Amino acid sequence: MRFWGGIDVGSLSADAVIIDEEGRLLGHAILPTGRDSREAGSRAYAGALEAAGLTPGDVVRVYSTGYSRARVREAEGAKTEIACHARGAHALYPDVGTIIDIGGQDSKAIQVGKGGRVLNFVMNDKCAAGTGRFLEVMAGALETPLDHLDELAAQSTETLTISSICTVFAESEVVSLISQGKKPADIAMAVSRAIARRTVGLATRVGVSGRVVMTGGVAKNRAVVDLLAEILGAPVDVPDEPQIVGALGAALFARDERG
Amino acid sequence: MTEFQTFSKMKELMTAYYFEAKTTKEKPIAWITSGAPVEFLFAMDIIPIYPENYAAMCAANHQSVELMEAAEAQGFSQDICAYARTDFGADILQGGPVGGLPAPHFLLCSTNICKTVIKWYEVIARKYDVPLFIVDTPFVHDGLTDDLLEYTVAQFKDLEQFLARITGRPFDHEHLAEVLRLSQEAAAYWKKILFLARTVPTPINSLDSFIHLGPIVTLRGTQGCVDYYQALYEEVAGRAADKIPSVPGERYRVLWDNLPVWFKMRRLENFFQERKCALVVTTYANSWGGLSNYEDEEMADPYRLLAASYLNVYINYGFEERIRYLSGLMDEFSLTGFIMHSNRSCKPYSVGMYRLQEELSQRTGRPGVVIEADQNDPRVYSDAQIEARLDAFIESMEAAS
Repeated sequence: MRFWGGIDVGSLSADAVIIDEEGRLLGHAILPTGRDSREAGSRAYAGALEAAGLTPGDVVRVYSTGYSRARVREAEGAKTEIACHARGAHALYPDVGTIIDIGGQDSKAIQVGKGGRVLNFVMNDKCAAGTGRFLEVMAGALETPLDHLDELAAQSTETLTISSICTVFAESEVVSLISQGKKPADIAMAVSRAIARRTVGLATRVGVSGRVVMTGGVAKNRAVVDLLAEILGAPVDVPDEPQIVGALGAALFARDERG
Repeated sequence: MTEFQTFSKMKELMTAYYFEAKTTKEKPIAWITSGAPVEFLFAMDIIPIYPENYAAMCAANHQSVELMEAAEAQGFSQDICAYARTDFGADILQGGPVGGLPAPHFLLCSTNICKTVIKWYEVIARKYDVPLFIVDTPFVHDGLTDDLLEYTVAQFKDLEQFLARITGRPFDHEHLAEVLRLSQEAAAYWKKILFLARTVPTPINSLDSFIHLGPIVTLRGTQGCVDYYQALYEEVAGRAADKIPSVPGERYRVLWDNLPVWFKMRRLENFFQERKCALVVTTYANSWGGLSNYEDEEMADPYRLLAASYLNVYINYGFEERIRYLSGLMDEFSLTGFIMHSNRSCKPYSVGMYRLQEELSQRTGRPGVVIEADQNDPRVYSDAQIEARLDAFIESMEAAS
């Protein structure tokens, strides 16, 4: 048997996968990137190997992606996260037309054509509005763990609005809503709506068509996904593990390289 | 940057220009915008000084941040054009590559490049207590009309009277004809140089043309400018004939829209070299070739010729015309894609860019990318973010090929 690896080192998390000849996922790992991205990539890769019950010697080739793709020690090649998310999402959903990926420091909408080819893409401008970091900051202000933010939002009964698109100003808005005695659940919902609206704006710019798939860490937030579907007026599919789609795409590129 | 022999001549030319401007006792100094009809100044032996050119030099020398901070400390908003802020700062600190600009006796600005220049030049006029002449060049929505030309020509006639009053002698029409001839000649060489980039592989890339813009912006209308571009033309033409590429192994040929990112020239050059991607043509550098476009009988009147060429600049015309022009360049220069620099400083250049990208991609079937950056302000630039977008763009050209 032959195996391939993909490592996606982003601003917030380092994700790695191992696949076989058929592109089946054998193991994966997700770790916080921390301050040493090279080390994080190695640890994620080791974790994925362990989950797959393999050793480095079993792997033919590794590709990397993400912001630190050039720094990944194990990788023989690198692709941008745009190509990798398109490739990975296409492998999971062959009829995918639009990908919405919200990662730690950027959000992007990708229009995908035949074979997972990127037709067009747009990314957020340089600011962190509408990215994972935005949610992280808001979760901090609400003293709620990031992965509980959607549960909190689910209990919302009153509609509040966060009007600023700037992460820093939005945080002050959250703080001022708290001091007005507003319910954390309603604030969590308002925060989720702010990021969803911002993302829809991005997606509309690239053009939404075909099946819509959401990837990246923020796709784990049900509140954001549901709001996205509601505003887009179309269902939004989320893979079982949306955070490893980029790494999966990288592994597929590694497999498809000849030799 | 491609190593042209001629480059040292440009340095000499520009140094001599700034030296004369800083030391002259006889000649009046006028601060002027890049798209203003400088020919009228040279006709009256006035030295034009270009704050825009100076601001770009400051940024290329990595001095713009300190200068902008000085301007911001005096209350100029970060949302104002970074050229304006850099120049305000250079004026406050008397900083930058040549230690600030020589004080102006009067100012000349033209609105064909933006409307910011009106307020920008009003600030300078107040500070130095000098007269300001504004040439209002209306936006060209659907092609040039007689009304537009006449309106602009009338202002040129006023400008002549204004210059006569300033200098205390009658306007020199004979000299104007000579200056105009030199200006056209320089523009013609400049355009011929840029057109050599149609050669595959291109002997000159757009980062080169950004660097070599200096004289055509600041010295068009002088013999030195003509001589310089003639020499550069001959050198580049020689390289084109010998098929010497400016980017070894050229694989992708790309258009760059909008101004350069002056403080990232070196890094972007390495980035594109490594990826065998040549920036072949730019709407920006092309803007100074306009004077050579008119040789017909109908443009025999020099005033109408000047009016037409100063109205007919890329950022002064409408969306349809921009699309038509860009599509033409994509074919004429055998391009594989295009990069649009959404420039925080230059709103009239960047407005509608996403729509432009979509339309141009559809019409040409070639990929394009929009990057969010700035011509002069490194504080709003992120290497990782920009390069991720550019890499994805290059991947999409690879997939399309």
